[in-house]
Amino acid sequence: MSNSFQVVVCASVVPDPLQTLEPVSGPNGPALKNEMMLPAILDPWAAHALYEGANLVKQVAGSSLWLVSMAPKAKLQQVMMTVAQKVPLQLVAVDGPSSGFADAHQTATTLAAAVRTIPGIDLSKLLLFGGWESASRSAGVTLQLVGEELGIVDQFQGVDAITPQTDGSFEVLERIEGARHQVSVCAGPPAVLGWATGSLGEPRNDPQVGMANMRTLMPALQRAMAGTVSSDGLHYANVTTPKQQRQTRIVKDMPTDEVARELVHWITQE
Amino acid sequence: MATSVSRVRCETLRTLPEDNVRQILWRFADRCDLQMLVQSAREVARGPVARLVAGGLRSTHEWTEQKATLLEAFDQSGITAVFMDPEQGGYLVGPKNLALALIAFELAWVDAGAATCSLAGCLALAPIHERGTPEQRARYMSLAVPPLPGTDRKPWRGAFCLTEPLPYVGVDTGILSGKLRVAEWDDGKEPLLHLEKRGRFITNMGFANFVTVAVDSADERIKGSCIVLVEEGDPGIFDRGTPTRKLVHQLSSTCDPIFNLTVPASRIIGGYTVKDGTIVPNYSHGEVIEAVFKRTRVTVALMSSAKLLSAVEPIIRYQRGRFRGSEQAKAGMLRYELGLQQRQDALHRLASLWAIGEAGASLGFAAARLYDELDSLEREKNEILDAKGVRRGKSELKFFRDVNQSALELLRQENNSPEKRKAVCYDELKADPLVQFALQDAVANVLCPAAKLWNTGTGANAMREALSLMGGYGITEDCPGFLAYKWMDTQLEATYEGPEAVQRRNLSVTMTSELFLAQFQQWILEMRRIAEHRPGTGACTLATAMQLWLWTYRHLQVATDADGGALYQSARQGVTFPLADALCWLLASRQQTLDLIELETKGPANPVLAEGLEGTLNFFSDLCHIQAARAAGEAGRICAELVFGYNRHPAWDEAGYKGCYRNDELDSLEGLIPGISACATDVVSEDGSHPVKAGPCASCHGLEAFQRLRSKLDGCLTGAQLAKDRAAEAISKVMIPEALDYPR
Repeated sequence: MSNSFQVVVCASVVPDPLQTLEPVSGPNGPALKNEMMLPAILDPWAAHALYEGANLVKQVAGSSLWLVSMAPKAKLQQVMMTVAQKVPLQLVAVDGPSSGFADAHQTATTLAAAVRTIPGIDLSKLLLFGGWESASRSAGVTLQLVGEELGIVDQFQGVDAITPQTDGSFEVLERIEGARHQVSVCAGPPAVLGWATGSLGEPRNDPQVGMANMRTLMPALQRAMAGTVSSDGLHYANVTTPKQQRQTRIVKDMPTDEVARELVHWITQE
Repeated sequence: MATSVSRVRCETLRTLPEDNVRQILWRFADRCDLQMLVQSAREVARGPVARLVAGGLRSTHEWTEQKATLLEAFDQSGITAVFMDPEQGGYLVGPKNLALALIAFELAWVDAGAATCSLAGCLALAPIHERGTPEQRARYMSLAVPPLPGTDRKPWRGAFCLTEPLPYVGVDTGILSGKLRVAEWDDGKEPLLHLEKRGRFITNMGFANFVTVAVDSADERIKGSCIVLVEEGDPGIFDRGTPTRKLVHQLSSTCDPIFNLTVPASRIIGGYTVKDGTIVPNYSHGEVIEAVFKRTRVTVALMSSAKLLSAVEPIIRYQRGRFRGSEQAKAGMLRYELGLQQRQDALHRLASLWAIGEAGASLGFAAARLYDELDSLEREKNEILDAKGVRRGKSELKFFRDVNQSALELLRQENNSPEKRKAVCYDELKADPLVQFALQDAVANVLCPAAKLWNTGTGANAMREALSLMGGYGITEDCPGFLAYKWMDTQLEATYEGPEAVQRRNLSVTMTSELFLAQFQQWILEMRRIAEHRPGTGACTLATAMQLWLWTYRHLQVATDADGGALYQSARQGVTFPLADALCWLLASRQQTLDLIELETKGPANPVLAEGLEGTLNFFSDLCHIQAARAAGEAGRICAELVFGYNRHPAWDEAGYKGCYRNDELDSLEGLIPGISACATDVVSEDGSHPVKAGPCASCHGLEAFQRLRSKLDGCLTGAQLAKDRAAEAISKVMIPEALDYPR
């Protein structure tokens, strides 16, 4: 199929957001307390990208979907027990750190190398999906850097929808300032799409999908390439969790404009 | 390398045990299919199920549309299809006992009624799976399996109808009032049967499309009892009946149905043969339910354990946050950080109930795994028996007398060191599937009722304790983790599929099997060996308690009461039932210890666990020790009551005086044995006056061995409270999530 896509979703794993995430100083720089022992999930932003990618592949005949993920192998395997039940996928595993404090440039280089090694990958058909942001530290630059490494210049961030056209082009709905969307038409792949939330709900777990994925997933985990990401040259001056603030005031019949004004005032005080 | 009990344990539990730990403990670390199933069941439990509970759906007895959404969730998440083999539309290959146990565990973590709703469908299919004809299996499994995406078919739901409205609401599964008669039987045609039954407390009845119904013959042309499949739409009355006004498990549908139907004889589960003009069912209802219940009871047992373990996190969070917000607890103060966990009692009690939860889960999952192994062995056994022309029932029992002897011989050989074994004989016996079946069956016959009895009974008491640790909050609908519901539900779990008395009765028979006892004897040595390498686990305490139990059992087999009546006999439930209770404590504790050893062995290979493994092992060792001490205490108390309790206490009468010293005797003996007066307790004066007490102290003649063991057991408790202190401290420091992860 000439108009088919090769969708590669880059997604890492992050600690379950319900867990206590307490920054600590480790031998390799900042880390989260007991991070390896905390239950992990697929980064929620990237998870949206995965579901959208799977949906796109279903719509456009001949398309394929890969999930490229760098994380400690055992941790990745655990997360895959859930993720593999969501959508049919092929995993490309990279055994490396999933910490939010890892260097985004090195991470991007490693991920780009992993994408290049995918058997049968055709960069001219590549749609590189990922999260617009990350639940690990919200840097939101890794995906752009992977795109740069792969020489992809058409990049969209804050994507909420992709609509493929019959001529091989596709329309992208992108979030922009002022709570508005921008519609762009891209002539075709390759392109980078950093997803916001998209419009699809999280698919239910389906062990039958999982069992089908497992046939390729476990071998992929076994032959996971080692991700070379070091902390050399990276220095964090300070790491803190966001302050929790809760100031409740009950006011009746306040006009919305006034509420908005007060909120803006409160935010700009920060 | 041996570790020292007195070693200072620096590392302690860092986070609540997560999936990696559980997968090793319960032996499914290498089963991706089961790991996925767990995630899938968890998503349903903490999503749709938890939302229904939080939404107040437990306040109605009726089966509502909202409750029915659970069935859809079960179908879509693969829970319904677990029971089926791949050729029937399922996706799990091989035995399903562990899989079903894991589902029950995950669902019951949030609501046991939802777990029951799911399992009751399997219970309906289980008679067909275990004893059904190939045609019956093909029809009902394919109807019950959820449709593939894109196909428009509603899956059939099933119910299992055994219980009847017998007088005084008693449940004697051996006696049935449901009746089966021949309605029509034309020459050369299949007989039509008329079935009448009033069921009681039948789960899934609010929506079932087919029901497996236990009935007895009321016609001389039908022999004995059987189980018959009836379908909605069969000619006659298929009345679902009124919803049972139960106070618990409201997310499962329970009704008292009425059936008055005509069905073809091919609906008899397992088929039938016609002998001299009589329909002889191939399996009696008893044979079918025996095959079914011994598997499905394990899952019910695990429901109670899941709830107990699910209580840990909400209790910790409640205890720590108890004083936050008050004037006296400012951030940074100990009162703010630890709340109630400043107090030892709160922590000790939580450690105790956590230990019970772990032990119950260990026992239940061990039983489930054992049935997985036994399923394939049983098939092999049946093939061998068929090939040899040995029929089921008495012929099989007779055949197995020799097999059991071989199994005992294998155990004797195993007790020898490898170089002293008769190699050829040993290898032959070890490879003999019949011998292996006999050995495992003997253990399974004990583990199943033990898990059902202990997990639910002890679990119910521990759940009450869990509630009490949440103060008044615990008994409200707002209590995080739905603890009050979970506590009340446990009472029903103790009743489902045979109440506690049934399990005790079952155990009182199966635990007397020589094959079981011989293996139990080996387990004592196994615990001693573990204790040598892991002295902080309480394994040695447990070994002594097991020894005491075994001594007591053997003693009770031959001892009589004060009137000469035999002690260990079927009718004497005051003897047999408590001894069964004591055994359950020991079995649960043993399995918990074995799981700990598994974690210690396999844990280091898992890089995710490596970071905190030492602390996890230390904490779990302490929980094992706490539980071993508790089990030893319970077993010791019960055994002492049974050993001494049936002897008549001496009185201040002529017979009693014979065992006492007289004052003048002591005076004369004092010259020969100085100091004897100080040791003599029962001294009678010349005027007949005696010490102020019930009578002379009872003689322990013949029970010295018991006394030595009991005394040793008391000494074996050394260190148990230190373990509890350590566990308590660990609980006060363990990191927990910011919030409970359900309802989602």
